[in-house]
Amino acid sequence: MTGPGRVVDGRLLREVAPGVIGILVRRGADFATAEDAVQEALVQAALTWPERPPEDPKGWLVTVAWRKLLDARRSEAARRDREDRVAVEPPPGPAAAVDDTLALFFLCAHPSLPPASAVALTLRAVGGLTTRQIAQAYLVPEATMAQRISRAKRTVRDVRFDAPGDLATVLRVLYLVFNEGYTGDVDLAEEALRLVRQVAGRTDDEETAGLLALVLLHHARRPARTRADGSLVPLAEQDRSLWDTALITEGVAVLQAALARDRLGEFQAQAAIAALHADAPRAEETDWPQIVGWYDELLRITGSPVVRLNRAVAVGEADGPAAGLAALADVDPGLPRRTAAAAYLHERAGDRAEAARLYAEAARRAPNLAERHHLAKQAARIGQALRG
Amino acid sequence: MRYLLLKHYRGAPEAVNDVPMDRWTPAEVEDHVRYMDEFAARLETTGEFVDSQALSPEGAWVRHDGEGRPPVTDGPFAETKDLIAGWMIIDVESHDRALELAGELSAAPGAGGKPIHEWLELRPFLTAPPTVTE
Repeated sequence: MTGPGRVVDGRLLREVAPGVIGILVRRGADFATAEDAVQEALVQAALTWPERPPEDPKGWLVTVAWRKLLDARRSEAARRDREDRVAVEPPPGPAAAVDDTLALFFLCAHPSLPPASAVALTLRAVGGLTTRQIAQAYLVPEATMAQRISRAKRTVRDVRFDAPGDLATVLRVLYLVFNEGYTGDVDLAEEALRLVRQVAGRTDDEETAGLLALVLLHHARRPARTRADGSLVPLAEQDRSLWDTALITEGVAVLQAALARDRLGEFQAQAAIAALHADAPRAEETDWPQIVGWYDELLRITGSPVVRLNRAVAVGEADGPAAGLAALADVDPGLPRRTAAAAYLHERAGDRAEAARLYAEAARRAPNLAERHHLAKQAARIGQALRG
Repeated sequence: MRYLLLKHYRGAPEAVNDVPMDRWTPAEVEDHVRYMDEFAARLETTGEFVDSQALSPEGAWVRHDGEGRPPVTDGPFAETKDLIAGWMIIDVESHDRALELAGELSAAPGAGGKPIHEWLELRPFLTAPPTVTE
């Protein structure tokens, strides 16, 4: 992988390191200690691999990390060297029967952790990101993130590593990572895609496939989603030639295989909606009636107010703005983006004065500047037309 | 969830222990500042601290006044304005937790070493839930 003098391939390390932590934990180390030992081994790898690349990077890391772990134990409590001698021997166990990496996902997304901590721990231990990178991505100080991660490690310290964990929690955590988008030098969308692929490669669960399809299909549209100045491009106005057709093809194939097994879940339903958008060569050719059908499924599964809002917009496209506004009447008035959706539907219904008023109100309540500017522009556009 | 905690010089309702800071003893000021520093340090250890800054009591309203003309300001008439003394940003699990922390910060010691019970403004950052489609 590297010749003399070259840098160590960071991506390879990130692929391999989580499995190494998993092996150490299975041998009886607690999670925090195992992670520290692997970090030390990675430092040593960075120093020695450029000169002497190992034949088997993972095996090398396991050996070195295990040695570091024993060193740490010895210096910590030299008087307990009798126990240390026992610890040198890997305890017998069903090591081959369980996938270490998947078990590590379960541990990092343990239900006892608050979601923000589970996300951080997953990115750290399974994703191999540095604490600084995670802190930057989530816009908190590095010290804050370091404490959040070490608290999370303490929380899972005594969790046994033998029972299968809750896959739904893992998927939820990865979905949160993906939804953060990206900032700074860490692309969380890329990272989420990489991690979802890892999980999907280790289980034949339909919802995992659904999430993978969803991430692929959303990710495929990213090049078209923002202009050079950072402003948003609505789906209907996106230049579809910029969409990544390879990702779309893969996403659709993954989704179809999952749907064929007839165990629908919310990620599969969301992916189906994304696939219908991806399938339309032009916005006007979008199959809205079918999209409404999938929103009905999604609403039945989740009961989520966000889904209800999105469904109302889809109904507006399928059956006209009056039907959309009627569907919107069932949506909680306090929900973010509800006002923007109402403004859009009123404009399509021909009520421009009300649309302008609602766009202006939506702009004041917008959760970020890009959206606020976009909505303010809509209000200004209609206002100008009304005056002129 | 992120919240902004705003401390006011003026503009907020009167605090219970409402003695202007320039009439505190240096030790009282020091205790007050230490309380806030320790509060921030503790939130760092819980992973809830994001940022905090103090602001000067001088401020001016500024407005564009047409091309090629200097911006209009209202001048340094600080006594007529609502003034922000500083802010802290926290990132917490729930609104209840944000209230709890704001309450705690409001109890910082003031004149006579007694809690000032000052009013703090608690403002959530606007965030949208994850979208289903675009």
